[in-house]
Amino acid sequence: MQLKYTDNQNAFRREVRAWLKENVPSKPLESYDTREGFEQHRAWEGKLYESRLSMVMWPEYLGGRGCDLIEWLIFEEEYYAAGAPMRVNQNGQLLLGPTLMEFGTEDQKRRFLPRMASSQDMWAQGWSEPDAGSDMAAIRSKAIRDGDEFVINGQKTWSTRAIYADWIFGLFRTDPNSKRHHGLSYLVVPLDSPGVSVRPIKALNGKDAFAEVFFDDVRIPLENCIGAEGQGWGVAMATAGFERGLLLRSPARFQETARRLVNLYRLYVAEHGESSSLRTAVLESWMGAEAYAQSAYHTVGLVNRGVKIGAESSINKVVWSELDLKMHETAMEILGAHGELSGDAPEAVDGGSWLEGFLFAQAGPIYAGTNEIQRNIVAERMLGLPRA
Amino acid sequence: MDFTFTEDQLAFKEAIGRFLMVEAPPEMLREIWETDEGRSPELRRKMAEQGLTALSVPEEQGGLGMDDVAWSLLTQELGYYAIPDSMADTAYVAAGLLAALPEATPDRNALLERIAEGSIRIAVAHGISPLVADVHMADKVLVHYEGEVHLVSKEALACQRNTSIDSSRRLSRIQFQPDSSSRILGAEAGTSVWAETLNRGVLAVAGQSLGLAQRMLDLSVDYAVQRKQFGKPIGSFQAVKHKMADVAGAIEFAKPVLYRAAYALASGEARADLHVSHAKLACCKAAWLSARHGIQVHGAMGYTWEADLQMFMKRAWALNASWGTREFHQNRIADIVLSDGAPIGPQFTFGD
Repeated sequence: MQLKYTDNQNAFRREVRAWLKENVPSKPLESYDTREGFEQHRAWEGKLYESRLSMVMWPEYLGGRGCDLIEWLIFEEEYYAAGAPMRVNQNGQLLLGPTLMEFGTEDQKRRFLPRMASSQDMWAQGWSEPDAGSDMAAIRSKAIRDGDEFVINGQKTWSTRAIYADWIFGLFRTDPNSKRHHGLSYLVVPLDSPGVSVRPIKALNGKDAFAEVFFDDVRIPLENCIGAEGQGWGVAMATAGFERGLLLRSPARFQETARRLVNLYRLYVAEHGESSSLRTAVLESWMGAEAYAQSAYHTVGLVNRGVKIGAESSINKVVWSELDLKMHETAMEILGAHGELSGDAPEAVDGGSWLEGFLFAQAGPIYAGTNEIQRNIVAERMLGLPRA
Repeated sequence: MDFTFTEDQLAFKEAIGRFLMVEAPPEMLREIWETDEGRSPELRRKMAEQGLTALSVPEEQGGLGMDDVAWSLLTQELGYYAIPDSMADTAYVAAGLLAALPEATPDRNALLERIAEGSIRIAVAHGISPLVADVHMADKVLVHYEGEVHLVSKEALACQRNTSIDSSRRLSRIQFQPDSSSRILGAEAGTSVWAETLNRGVLAVAGQSLGLAQRMLDLSVDYAVQRKQFGKPIGSFQAVKHKMADVAGAIEFAKPVLYRAAYALASGEARADLHVSHAKLACCKAAWLSARHGIQVHGAMGYTWEADLQMFMKRAWALNASWGTREFHQNRIADIVLSDGAPIGPQFTFGD
């Protein structure tokens, strides 16, 4: 155990810090759940990419800079501490990206990954269907081979920012006689293909944050299949765990929220005096974020030693999503009567960002596999409890 | 930056675990609970033979010179097997204190040598806990008096024994009249020695609590797999699964906090108090959650004397307020986290 950064790691931190200081927009970008904000975020991602800071862990020839996981953690720490914009293309970069790295052909990698890193291509995910949510193996959307093409029919839903995105990836049934997780293929589809229609769904914040995607005789070439045809379930699952658990939500994000929460509480104390219940909630929030950070470094150390991370990443997802809820609930408590004010209200605190975060935190235990499913995974695969 | 243990360290933990599993099975714990003294000299002797009492003693005094990080592994094993012996008080907390004394301090080297060979029991009366563990068997007691360190024989203390629901904890209220003959370190130097000693005591409790949490989870999972209702193992029901998963989560996320704290202490980090108190809260919380969900999963069996769960639960409940209550530790954290210009946020995971 050696908990000190190397000179190189410190130098990398300084470089990132300096770059962010120079480049982070002084005025917050519009919400990426709006068309205008989405394009602002795309431009920001492009800027990150130019300095090879979009996907630092990816190899250089694919647009990254070949960093290891520790450097990635450092990057994230600096990124959130600098108050840089939220990352708009994470579904592509963190869910599809690693899958392409592992299962994509060299052609597919070169075709998709650099444009994904720069966000020239924005990606929406297409897992859920109206009748396939937590029970993802109930997928019905079909992609039937016709010559050198797949013909897709069906419907996907809860596709984040799909009305603005350029591509969608997901699982489709390529064997029409197959059942459950057999006969599925992992496909990528341009959203401007003829036959694709995208209908926005207004989210809790009133914005078109996600969408339904309809496929009506949509034709895509066979080379848009990632991994072997019919093996889509395995392809999707192989990279689901670790990314879902750690990469999707780096600890820095929550440490920064905890830091802001501490400040919010200190302002409260200056005005109203100490509150033992709020104080406890704030300290527990800080501890939760800190524990997540320690855990991340521990996990990264294990990964570096070649340990395969399994069901532990499901614990991660439960922990960060519930921590995020707790922190925002605490903020709402501290804000009291001002908690409900939206960003444009004259008396809104911090531009309404706590309320925004509170709303988004409600989704955390639901997306990327509900926490109920994650707890089942922990109980069955880690603890060995029997399946129902 | 490498937040993991070496193969050797993990092998050490496993070996200790195997040893304790054989030497201190639950039936034996029950026997030891029933004795007047609540201790097994035989078990202590065997632990000494394994070198456990020598772990923290400097090499010059015949010890292994290992640090807090090693103890963060060993204490988990002591907790996992609910070892009815406050060995960590002697071999970790007292040894650490004695090792920090100036070389020339009378008795220092002799005491450390005796700790290493396993021939002495030393109780530590820090004052953070009003009742002191294992004074009844102690050859010597290290007593905190206004920052000073006093080394006292049990006979020189007025003791009143107090019974605990955890029969392996033997507690005494002590009364002590300090004088210069018992003082081995003055308040000036003593204050920092006691501060470090406190952190060691806290960390020992944290590690044991985490081990207890894991043991109760294992017992509960075993029970949930075997016990059938409605024609199925109760462990196949989500209501049961989710409780167990929550305990696993609490344990997994307390572990790195414990290791972080041990490392901070071993390397003399300025903010060691913060990490140590965090570890105590996280580990004790995991232990209490594991106890609560554990007894629920065991159903009525969990409420019996017969099921082994009780021995681990009681230890977990008792340790929660030992070496500082939740409030004490939360206040220590607040003193740093809520202070002006506190070094908190994503850039300060490992101090800056």
